[in-house]
Amino acid sequence: MTFEAVIERDVSVAPAELGVRRTRFWTLRRVVTPIVIVVVLLVLYLWIQTLTIDSIMARTLNADYILLRTREHLVLTFVASALVAVLAIPSGIIASRTRSRLLRGTILTIANIGQATPAIGFIILLAIIWQIGFQTALIALVAYSFLPVLRNTMVGLAQIDPNVTESARGMGMTPGQVLMRIELPLAVPVILAGLRTSLVFCVGVATVATFIDAGGLGDMIVNGLKLQRFPVLIAGAVIVSCIALLIDWLASIAEDLLRPKGV
Amino acid sequence: MTDPTTDTGGSRILGGRPSEATIRTTTTITTVKNTSGAHIELKNVNKVYGDQAVAAVENFSMNVNPGELVMFVGPSGCGKTTTMKMINRIIEPTSGSITVDGREVLSLDPNELRRHIGYVIQQIGLFPHMTIAENISVVPKLLGWSKEKTKNRVDELLSVVQLDPRTFAGRYPKQLSGGQQQRVGVARALAADPPVMLMDEPFGATDPITREKLQVEFLRLQETIGKTIIFVTHDFDEAVRLGDRIAVLSDRSKIEQFDTPANILRAPANDYVASFIGHGAALKRLALIPLHDALLGRAADARGTASVVETDSLRDALDLLVLTGLPAIAVTDAAGRTVASVSVEQISAELGEDSGGLPERSEARS
Repeated sequence: MTFEAVIERDVSVAPAELGVRRTRFWTLRRVVTPIVIVVVLLVLYLWIQTLTIDSIMARTLNADYILLRTREHLVLTFVASALVAVLAIPSGIIASRTRSRLLRGTILTIANIGQATPAIGFIILLAIIWQIGFQTALIALVAYSFLPVLRNTMVGLAQIDPNVTESARGMGMTPGQVLMRIELPLAVPVILAGLRTSLVFCVGVATVATFIDAGGLGDMIVNGLKLQRFPVLIAGAVIVSCIALLIDWLASIAEDLLRPKGV
Repeated sequence: MTDPTTDTGGSRILGGRPSEATIRTTTTITTVKNTSGAHIELKNVNKVYGDQAVAAVENFSMNVNPGELVMFVGPSGCGKTTTMKMINRIIEPTSGSITVDGREVLSLDPNELRRHIGYVIQQIGLFPHMTIAENISVVPKLLGWSKEKTKNRVDELLSVVQLDPRTFAGRYPKQLSGGQQQRVGVARALAADPPVMLMDEPFGATDPITREKLQVEFLRLQETIGKTIIFVTHDFDEAVRLGDRIAVLSDRSKIEQFDTPANILRAPANDYVASFIGHGAALKRLALIPLHDALLGRAADARGTASVVETDSLRDALDLLVLTGLPAIAVTDAAGRTVASVSVEQISAELGEDSGGLPERSEARS
């Protein structure tokens, strides 16, 4: 019901600013995603209500436990993504600016290795040589989701019309001004798309944090497996999937809102 | 402010001559007459790209007078754009000297320099994420103008390029047609009232009708603002129409001829220039000569009712003569009185008189 209310309000706004916002804000896809999420979670809830819950299941299938794990999961995801943004965007700028092929190659190779290495192997190795817990999981997540943002920053900067940057330079902007006022604003849509991919990666990969005692919804899934309680396993998996979908949905809205006008 | 060379103030970095214009910017467009340009001198300028054996620009020397509109014409890849871009150091010269109002460009901070040289490129390069007003405000903002002054200037410039500020200031570039974008490009380059403008085929990407309109508007604008302009084009007709002087360039930006359009059309320096003029040199020359500059017949010789105004060109007269088939037609003054007549013989004589021979000679050579 809330969605319909929102839809109506926005439709009336759209014609007034026609042209600049190129398409209708509330497309079918944008409305469907949250509905699907709500329906799936509702079905999950109703299904669990029909089951007989034994004491083992009861320990995990309760609101407190699920909320705690979800919170851990989200904290991991968002802190990791924030770190990726802070680290990968400047790296992307450096990689696209530098004349040194060696530096660019090094940055890209490290990012590629980070993504190519299976997350579970990386996280466990890191735990063995360093420590277990939140920080280790965070590093593994950052390493894994670094590449999309790095790549997209480079692509975002490379796809800018060279005439635009030339005229910016020709008007007397310093290289820093060209970057901050022209290039980065124009690269925002591509960079955000990279961040969106990273966020979704993080949600998925954060499930392996459980193996090094860093919590998250991975706990539910692994518990369900180890204790042979499939409702627990399924609940954990479904909730993680819904979070991934929800974050992707929110990110797609953020992309549209943050995209520079006129582009 | 009397001695431009001692003025190190950032906002008047390119000398004293345009200072009046730079300070009272909001009034210049209408008040300054052919005085706001700077003198440009290029001396033995070379550009060699690192890995190439031949220079892109070799030993280029040229003097451009204040307020002069100089056209660089030449085929693609002849180095004309490279030469122009060395003036605002988008491309750094390998050697040589470039001065603007006596100040060595190569000793100035390139960013500060560029804020005082208007720059228009063919693809316009408007910033798509900024409104038209924001696009025009870029250089004033870099120069630290107040909001009020900037806004007034934006409105003024939009009016100058015949775009209604109320309609266009808040729009984004992609909401404008190609011709409108090009006008914004010119307005943006004029924003801080620079004494020098560099224009790289600014009308090249527009359709022929829009281009002609833009050219006419541009000429009228230049008449009032009198900037020193280097204008690059590969279209010789455009060069003839707009230029005070034309530099015909060949490979490595070698100057084959540097003269007024009429002189180049009348007496091409060599075969290269002649081939660049192409066919119809005589007709192109006729378009440059207004009737009141030509030796005309008596008013009584006029036949028929067709007439041309004395400010029209000989080409217009010829056009009408051919169309009507009359031996001579009337030439009227602005008030509509017949003051003379013109015939094909007189038009031919006008061409022959300056060249000392038949105008066809230049064509025969190509």
